[in-house]
Amino acid sequence: MAFDLENLQKICSQVRRDIVRMVHAANSGHPGGSLGCTEYFVSLYNHIMKYNTDFKMEGKNEDVFFLSNGHISPVFYSTLARVGFFEVAELATFRKLDSRLQGHPATEEGLPGIRIASGSLGQGLSVAIGVALAKKLNGDKRNVFVLTGDGEQQEGQIWEAAMFAAHNKVDNLIATIDCNGQQIDGPIKEVNSPGDLKAKYASFGWEVTECDGNNLEELIKTLEAAVSETGNEKPKVILMKTEMGKGVDFMEGTHKWHGVAPNDEQLAEALNQLEETLGDY
Amino acid sequence: MNTKLTYTAKKDTRSGFGDGLLEAAKNNPEIVGLCADLTGSLKMGAFRREFPERFFQVGIAEANMIGIAAGLATAGKIPFTGTFANFSTSRVYDQLRQSVAYSEKNVKVCASHAGLTLGEDGATHQVLEDIGMTKMLPNFTVINPCDYHQTKAATIAVAEHHGPVYLRFGRPGWPMFMEGQPFEVGKAITLIEGSDVSIFATGHLLWTAIEAEAVLAEEGISAEVINIHTIKPLDEEAILKSLAKTNCAVSAEEHQIAGGLGESIAQTIVRNEPVPQEFVAVNDRFGESGKPVDLLNKYGLGVKSVVEKAKRAIQRKE
Repeated sequence: MAFDLENLQKICSQVRRDIVRMVHAANSGHPGGSLGCTEYFVSLYNHIMKYNTDFKMEGKNEDVFFLSNGHISPVFYSTLARVGFFEVAELATFRKLDSRLQGHPATEEGLPGIRIASGSLGQGLSVAIGVALAKKLNGDKRNVFVLTGDGEQQEGQIWEAAMFAAHNKVDNLIATIDCNGQQIDGPIKEVNSPGDLKAKYASFGWEVTECDGNNLEELIKTLEAAVSETGNEKPKVILMKTEMGKGVDFMEGTHKWHGVAPNDEQLAEALNQLEETLGDY
Repeated sequence: MNTKLTYTAKKDTRSGFGDGLLEAAKNNPEIVGLCADLTGSLKMGAFRREFPERFFQVGIAEANMIGIAAGLATAGKIPFTGTFANFSTSRVYDQLRQSVAYSEKNVKVCASHAGLTLGEDGATHQVLEDIGMTKMLPNFTVINPCDYHQTKAATIAVAEHHGPVYLRFGRPGWPMFMEGQPFEVGKAITLIEGSDVSIFATGHLLWTAIEAEAVLAEEGISAEVINIHTIKPLDEEAILKSLAKTNCAVSAEEHQIAGGLGESIAQTIVRNEPVPQEFVAVNDRFGESGKPVDLLNKYGLGVKSVVEKAKRAIQRKE
């Protein structure tokens, strides 16, 4: 399906500005992974998924998305606000008292667009499978998307879920793994390498594709291909290579910005590198 | 022993769950069942045969089962998960906490083989901490019915109740004495009226309390026996009403003394009108292999213990 590349790039730039501004204002949060996954969120919510911004928890006859690695909440919140789930101005409340924008996504505050709490890692893939099974029972033809981290693959529950989804032919599920190669303590290859994820998921019975997650055209083509292959009795996983901190040069490619907020000077420098396109909140 | 309530047969409470699930599912197409390789033990076989498309065999992967249940609930289904009590709680506590409790998902966590009465399998499987773990989670309702009939009624009732529920039941054949009794979540049932001491019991220990009442009656002591099937939310009104009459309490449960029903009742008592309370519960130790009733007796959960604690509670108010 045709898409307006230039427009999507503009949204990405604005979402990145939101991310660094939110994390700076809260003086806490996770900018690195958020910046790396910006193209993914913008593609899903501005082109790939069919959904209503008049939010209903059940999401019947809608595409639904689950974020398993909840710490990259800034990119999730910004994307949801920018497509109209809630007021963009609310992004200013991120991580502050009485906010619906909790440090990690939560349903308790009733923020539209959030269907499950996440933050404790490894749980989102199972939840997404549950929704996918419900859609099949309901004869609902839309799909379920879920994002997990590459470090998150170290959690055992991921592999329980991977085994179940293949065995039960959960083919309306499109999982994506953010392969940025980093986790809090350092490169995942040094901390506890998950090894060859492509071979691992393939051997579990999944359909595996790879793409550059910071290249909008390639990412969208990969997501569209995955959508076109739903219903073929296999769950799908996209190994999405991204660069942590993408778009802000001094944050790129290092785990050091996993969970650190920029100071005033760093914020100014970051915003200098990102064009304001839709208007800051 | 001449008990005020009688039974003609014994049946396991888990069969009450299996029969209740089947009945509830016939009335509500949104009910789905999940099991982690214990379909026979949980008595979910009839549900599976009747509704194969609504039954999900997850295998030995309890964390995944709880996550899938949370997803099914998100999409509007009413999932009932089935595995042993130990694997329904301590093994998946973080999944219960984040994906179910905090996310406010309408998941029914159904747990068999709870407590010492699991018997011969021993302490690895005899979870005695599950009531405490689940009652500490905000949004959770915690229910521990006492016989086959009450477990069946509770299963049907929780299908209608919106929100996360922990439903605890067990393995052994146990006296049936609650036939035809209505079940209301959070509403205690006074089974025997009395004036000297209130015995608040839950689960299998209800029958123990009923037998203890008969022993006490023979000695001229009038005990009130109250069925606290819902530990959270606790029916404080019923508890305080009984204590206004008796002025002393005994709690009886197949659980650790820490975190159980007795602790919840003690909180109620100290926040209102303090009276003596004695605890029939496992005293900070693990169980072991053995026959159910032998284990209850050895760990201080038998009729003799309830009688002694009742007398002690009465003594303390004098």
